[in-house]
Amino acid sequence: MYWVLFLTFVKIGMFTIGGGYAMIPLIEREVVNRGWLNKQDFIDLFAVTQSLPGIFAVNISIFVGYKLKKITGSIICALGTILPSFFIILAIALFFNHFQDNVWVVKVFNGIRPAVVALILVPCLSAAQALKLKRMELIFPLIGAVLIWKAGISPAYIVLAGIVGGLVYTFWIKDKIKKKGI
Amino acid sequence: MIYWQLWWVYLKIGIFGFGGGYAMLSLIQYEVVDKHQWLSLQEFTDVVAISQMTPGPIGINSATYIGYTVTGNVWGSIIATIAVCLPSFLLVLLISYFFAKFKNNKYVAAAFTGLRPMTVGLIAAAALLLMNNENFIDYKSVLIFLGAFFLTWKYKIHPILMICLSGILGLVLYW
Repeated sequence: MYWVLFLTFVKIGMFTIGGGYAMIPLIEREVVNRGWLNKQDFIDLFAVTQSLPGIFAVNISIFVGYKLKKITGSIICALGTILPSFFIILAIALFFNHFQDNVWVVKVFNGIRPAVVALILVPCLSAAQALKLKRMELIFPLIGAVLIWKAGISPAYIVLAGIVGGLVYTFWIKDKIKKKGI
Repeated sequence: MIYWQLWWVYLKIGIFGFGGGYAMLSLIQYEVVDKHQWLSLQEFTDVVAISQMTPGPIGINSATYIGYTVTGNVWGSIIATIAVCLPSFLLVLLISYFFAKFKNNKYVAAAFTGLRPMTVGLIAAAALLLMNNENFIDYKSVLIFLGAFFLTWKYKIHPILMICLSGILGLVLYW
């Protein structure tokens, strides 16, 4: 059983390129089809995991592992998710530290770097679109981004500000707006 | 000493890394490039590119890569990777006990009304921080950026394909 768990999450770790959310259908197929979780459990798990810090795929694997085989299960599933990328990246780090200054590699990465910036900008805009933020609501993330970018504030504080802001808004401002009947 | 710093930095990334890989980037960059200067901005951008092309989450990839580069040793990778996963472990185990309560908790829901829009700002900061003259060396860089943005936004070109294309373009343009 442990071995099956491990291999399942190795597979999940291996076949998802480009990060967390690409993994979801794969995880669902593996975990639900094997009868480890039913569909509703998986949806609940997904909702809770989204609201946790850390690496999404690792969080899901820990949850599933814990549900099936307690702590040992969670460690095995987490290792399954982590190890493939760990070894692949380690191999690349060994290689890249030697070839970084190669003329060809320099040229290739001169081309890649601006594209990387574009590849980060696109999910930013699609996230803003998906959240359907109104103009007023966009002010806060905008301020957050500028504080990190220009004032060198740690993003950790921006995260905390978001949490505090959400609490203050929900329990304080929202009530007041309701009471005033606006 | 360096191992201890690495441990602490990645623990912090594991604790405050809300909103997925891209939102985590600005936090990783803040710690690794600005504060500790373990990597140059160019190297950091290269790590992001490599992460996008290889399997696995960017949080793990960056921990493994930076852990190795900073210490020149596999132990650096192991320490950073364990550190970034440890907070998740403790949290998930804790929440497993209170799963039903956590799911519909009004405080968690309230915190997220603020946190969710903020992730947009975190990702934007990651992009803005990388837009400087280390990554944009001349007008050709700007052209590559605009082309990559247009193709990805409009035609949903896969990131791996996009990175390969821009790498080839770099080879040709900087011949």
